[in-house]
Amino acid sequence: MAKIPAAVIGVGQTKYQAQRKDVSIAGLLREAVDRALADAQLTFADIDAVVVGKAPDLFEGVMMPELYLADALGAAGKPLLRVHTAGSVGGSTAIVAASLVQAGVHQRVLTVAFEKQSESNAMWALSVPVPFIMPVHAGAGGYFAPHVRSYIRRSGAPTHVGAIVAAKDRQNALKNPYAHLQNEGTTVESVLASTMLWDPIRYDETCPSSDGACALVIASEDAVAASDIANPAWIHGTQMRSEPTTAAERDQVNPHAGREAAAALWKQAGITNPYDEVDCAEIYVPFSWFEPMWLENLGFAAEGEGWKLTESGVTALGGDLPVNMSGGVLSSNPIGASGMIRFAEASLQVMGEAGEHQVDGARKALGHAYGGGSQFFAMWLVGAEKPSS
Amino acid sequence: MKVEFDYTRSLGPVLSRFMSALAQQQVLGGRLADGTVVVPPPEYDPVTHEAVTDLVPVSWAGVVQSWTWVPEPFAGQPLDRPFAFAHVLLDGADAPLLHAVAVESPADISTGMRVQVRWADELTGSIRDIACFEPAGDAPASVSVSVESGEPEVTGIVSPVHLEYVYAASPEESKFFRGLADGKLFGQRCPVCQKVYVPPRGACPVDGVPTTDEVELPDRGTVTTFCIVNVPFQGQKIEPPYVSAYVLLDGADIAFLHLILDVDAADVRMGMRVEAVWKPREEWTTDLNNIRYFRPTGEPDADYETYKQHL
Repeated sequence: MAKIPAAVIGVGQTKYQAQRKDVSIAGLLREAVDRALADAQLTFADIDAVVVGKAPDLFEGVMMPELYLADALGAAGKPLLRVHTAGSVGGSTAIVAASLVQAGVHQRVLTVAFEKQSESNAMWALSVPVPFIMPVHAGAGGYFAPHVRSYIRRSGAPTHVGAIVAAKDRQNALKNPYAHLQNEGTTVESVLASTMLWDPIRYDETCPSSDGACALVIASEDAVAASDIANPAWIHGTQMRSEPTTAAERDQVNPHAGREAAAALWKQAGITNPYDEVDCAEIYVPFSWFEPMWLENLGFAAEGEGWKLTESGVTALGGDLPVNMSGGVLSSNPIGASGMIRFAEASLQVMGEAGEHQVDGARKALGHAYGGGSQFFAMWLVGAEKPSS
Repeated sequence: MKVEFDYTRSLGPVLSRFMSALAQQQVLGGRLADGTVVVPPPEYDPVTHEAVTDLVPVSWAGVVQSWTWVPEPFAGQPLDRPFAFAHVLLDGADAPLLHAVAVESPADISTGMRVQVRWADELTGSIRDIACFEPAGDAPASVSVSVESGEPEVTGIVSPVHLEYVYAASPEESKFFRGLADGKLFGQRCPVCQKVYVPPRGACPVDGVPTTDEVELPDRGTVTTFCIVNVPFQGQKIEPPYVSAYVLLDGADIAFLHLILDVDAADVRMGMRVEAVWKPREEWTTDLNNIRYFRPTGEPDADYETYKQHL
C-alpha cells in the first residue's frame, strides 16, 4: 500500500539563546508548540498525537521528561511518544511523527524537540567516566576532532576550509532572528585567529550551547486539503540508518549508514542528481568541517571533493547549493532540537517563509541530522509540490 | 562508578510563585478551569491545556487520604528514620500532595488522620521547605492563610543528582582487565572477518558472531589520528593541554583512545610509532590506567598506506 502524502503545515521556534531562565522546560516547549499550532491555524483539539524528542536525559537531569510534559503538550487522552537517537533525535522525532501520518494512523500530529542546556553542562554530561577506560575524552569536540583531522588528511583540503564554513554560517545567522549567535563581523580571518580548543578545531568553529525548542505540525493530504494552508512543505522522502559506534575499520569520516540513508532518500524522492535537483540544504554541522564531510556523505560531492564546494562559495546563501541558510547548528545548538530545526528550516524554505534567509525559488530542500559517534542518521527531503507517487 | 551534578533548574512563572510562597510558610494551589485547586500548581491545565495563572493559598494542614510505610529510608529522603509516605489533602485543595509524615510506626498513622506541615529550619524556596508532615490532633487548624505579595523571589532551584553504581564486566572484558593486571594486552579475533578487537567485545559488531580466539598483543603501535585537548571542563581528569590519540596496537584492527606524552603536543603526528609507559608494577590494577601513557619509540613513522583504513 502506498504511503499517504503528508506535509508540514506549521512551524514554531523559540529564540535560541544561552539561557532561558524565565521559563521551565515545559514553558520552553510550549512556546514553540503554541507558535506551530498558530502557524498551522489549529488548536490542541485538532491534534491526534504528540511525538516529543530530546537528547540524553543527563543533559537536564530529568529522567523521562515526557511523563511530566504531557500536560504542557496537550497530550492527555492522546498517544504521546518520546524518541531518542542522541544528536539526530530532532530529525528522527519528526520522521516518527511523519510516519504516523503517512501510515494512515493519524491525520494531524504535533511534534516537538528541545534542549535546555543551561540546566546543566553538556561537556560534563558527554564526558562521564566509562569503567576501566582511559579518561582522555573531552566532550563532543574531543570526540570529533580526531576524525576531522582524518578528513583533512584523506581529502588534502586546505586547513582554512573549516573557517570558511564558520564565517558563512555566522553571517547567515544575522539574517535569522531565531539564531543564537548574532556575531557581526565574523570573517575567515577572525575564525582562524580564535583559540584552538580541540586541535584542529578552533573556538569559532564550534557550536554554542543553547536553550530552545522547535515544533512542527504534520498533516495528511486530506487534512491539508481541509485547511487554509496554501503552501505546505510536502514530505518527499524520509530515511534513518544506524551503525555501531566502533567497529574495526569503521569509516567515521564518511560513515556507511549516512551514505546508505542518503542513497535511499534520493531514490525514494526520485532524485537522480542531488547537486542539480536539490535547491538548498540544512545539514547538521556542529563543527565547521562537517559541512564538507557531509556534502560527500550525502552525495552532493564525490569523496574528497566536498571542501571544493565550500571553498568556491557554492554553499553560500547566493551559491548553487546554499547550506545552512539559517546559520545552522554552528549558530544555535539546543542539541535535542537541532535536528528538528534543520527539518523545520528546510520546510520553511519550500514554504517560502524563511524570511531574510530565503533561497529564491526553493522548491526542494534537504533536512539532515546525525548523532552519537556519527552513527545515527536522519534526513528528509521536502518540496513545494505534492509528491507524484 | 559515581556520577553527580548540581542541575540549575529554572522554574517558570507558576512554580516560581509556588516556591517563593513556601519560603514565607505559605502553600499555593493552582485553580484549574473546572474550579478545582491542585497542589503543587500545574503549569498547564490538563483539560483545556491553557496556562494556569490563578494561584490561591490553601491551608498547610490537611487529611491523610492514603499512605504507605517506608521501613528503610534511602539517603536523601525527607526523613532518615522509618516514616510514612502519604497523600495529604490540604484544606482548601481538591487534589492531594504526596509527602512524608513523621510518625513512629504504622500504628500511628491512619486514613482520615489530620496532619500539618513541619517547616524546615531554614526556608529557601524549595519543596524541601516542607520538611515533612506531622500529626495535628483533632483541633481545627489554626494555621493562617495569607496572600502572597510582590514579585516571586525564587526563580530557580539547584537540583543535585548523585548516582552510584557497580559495573559488571563481561567475561571477555574480565579477561582483558585481568590481563592488564599482569601487564598483558589481550584481544580477540572474529572468526568470520578475522579482525582483532582490543578490548575484546565478546561479539563482532559487524558479523554478530562470538569472538572466541584470544590474541595477545604487544604494547606498541601507531597513532592513527588524534586531537590536542586545550579546553578545561568540569569533571576533567587530565590537566589540559594533552594529546588524546587513537593508538592502533601492532596486530590489532581497531584503535583505542589513550594519552601521548614525553613529546611536545605540536610534534605528535599521524603515523607516529608509540609504546606504552606502564605504572610501577605494584600499582597495577584491572584498569587501562596501568598504562600511564604512550610515548614515541623513535622508529620511523608508519607508512600512510598501513593505517589509512583506520581514519
